[in-house]
Amino acid sequence: MMRVFAERMVEYLSWAMAFLLCLSLSVFLSYLLIKGLPSLGTELVFGKADPLSVLMGRERVFDGIFPAIIGTLCLVVLSTVIALPLGICSGIYLSEYATPVMKKAVGGLFDVLAGIPSIVVGLYGFSVAIFLHHHFSGRLGPCLLISALSLGVLVLPYIVRSTQTSLEELPAHIRHTATALGATRLQNIAYVLIPNALSGISSGVILAIGRCAEDTAVILLTGVVATAGVPSSLLAQYEALPFYIYYISSQYTNPAELSNGYGACLVLLGICSALFMVAHGMKKRLFHWALYRL
Amino acid sequence: MPSKDALAKSVFLCCAIASAAIILAILGFMVALGIPLFRESTFSAIWFGPWAPHRGAYGIWAMICGTFWIALLATIICLPLSLGMSFVIASLGGRRIRKLLGALVQFMTGIPTVIYGFVGIFLLVPLIRQGLGGPGMSVLTASIMLAILISPTMILFFTDSLLAVNTAYVQAAKALGANRVQRLLYVMVPRALGGMASGFILALGRALGDTLIALMLAGNAIRAPQGFLEPARTLTAHIALVKAADFDSMEFRSIFACGITLYLFTVLATIAVRMMARERVAVS
Repeated sequence: MMRVFAERMVEYLSWAMAFLLCLSLSVFLSYLLIKGLPSLGTELVFGKADPLSVLMGRERVFDGIFPAIIGTLCLVVLSTVIALPLGICSGIYLSEYATPVMKKAVGGLFDVLAGIPSIVVGLYGFSVAIFLHHHFSGRLGPCLLISALSLGVLVLPYIVRSTQTSLEELPAHIRHTATALGATRLQNIAYVLIPNALSGISSGVILAIGRCAEDTAVILLTGVVATAGVPSSLLAQYEALPFYIYYISSQYTNPAELSNGYGACLVLLGICSALFMVAHGMKKRLFHWALYRL
Repeated sequence: MPSKDALAKSVFLCCAIASAAIILAILGFMVALGIPLFRESTFSAIWFGPWAPHRGAYGIWAMICGTFWIALLATIICLPLSLGMSFVIASLGGRRIRKLLGALVQFMTGIPTVIYGFVGIFLLVPLIRQGLGGPGMSVLTASIMLAILISPTMILFFTDSLLAVNTAYVQAAKALGANRVQRLLYVMVPRALGGMASGFILALGRALGDTLIALMLAGNAIRAPQGFLEPARTLTAHIALVKAADFDSMEFRSIFACGITLYLFTVLATIAVRMMARERVAVS
């Protein structure tokens, strides 16, 4: 009797908990939508400036989130360019060449890196900036390049791991056919293994991009500022969307700024969820594309 | 002249070594920059001592306490939610509900942390302040938001390990007349415990390492919290807040002690997860 009662309770409680989580998530999202939707529009992005002349580079935006969007975009592109080759090559090495001992040792290090809090990675970037400042040039300091490097380090394990696992998961008949026909190891990797593993690799890359776009703790320490305009060089300070949201939350002075903050939240959420859906859709699409392209 | 193959291999090897070296360099830089602090005072004074800059004491014990209060409370709130949700996704729900909830959890992993913090400030903080009293920005506020943030990690791990249980066992139980709840409780959960434990530890790790939510919602007072409605400061928030201080001051050096502590927590958590994975392999 007791047992039946306990089983019943588990069932009811499970449903209740699932419902509670869904409820809190929908309260969270609808609150954001109600507060944020009214502020969405060109006013939010470009402020009082004319969108066309801003895009042509003839006018500066002072009260919109345009510089922040551009800053985030620069960050994402730069850090992906930095992390991608390094991560994919490391992943290939771990999957195809490494001895079991090496795999374990290096794989353990990447597990640690994947778990390191992003603020610690930011602290590392910050220390590197200080180091460069003291030993090389007083002009160097926290800047766009340092941030992009640190973000690259932050997402490196995602790329390495997704490359390694999607290569390792390839079935034996794909793995051995080309080598049996006389292909070298490199040819096998370049023409058979990578194309077949491309879907897994690229969804890992897209998740990494999403992480670059949303992370705040790293850039907080490595050169993001509240007002910098569109970044002029790699060594300049810059604005970014997540930092803008953080900044508004504590420093807003009037309701208009606050509502801009909600708008920025929606824009960032839109970017991240779009990337996320692309990552999921890509898994299937790319698989077909990679297989039938040759 | 080396062949193309050998060249490629050494390029791949260099990349792997370079990326592994970065991970060690992170620790190296923090230790190197933290050395002045360790020279001035003892290890135990730094970790267990009080924070009193005017007296030259830079102990981070209050921050360590704050970190654990917030992270543990968050995982305690998160655990029943995630258990319930993963039970529904893995077994109890109908096919459409399972698919829908699964997609929802996947979507949750993509929500930026700073947005949780932003909504927390304007929605949750006033609620807590009016409903439970206190300053509003407190351990509890940060933990609730953090629980929602880490729940997808836990749910995905729980669901994956529940569904990874060999279907032969589940089918056998079904043939013996066990209903869904019985199959879940007596067949799937016992065999999935190892994977579920690693999910729990990873979620705890995320909670320990999160910066933005604690920074925005916990109030950041440097004092070990005495209750759930009191403000607290975490190690991560401390790093974010002190970085503006003078580069050569000891106050500034203390953030490297925080960084090293967080790094060590991560290493411990990773080792724990790995050991559990090894045990799981040994059992099966």
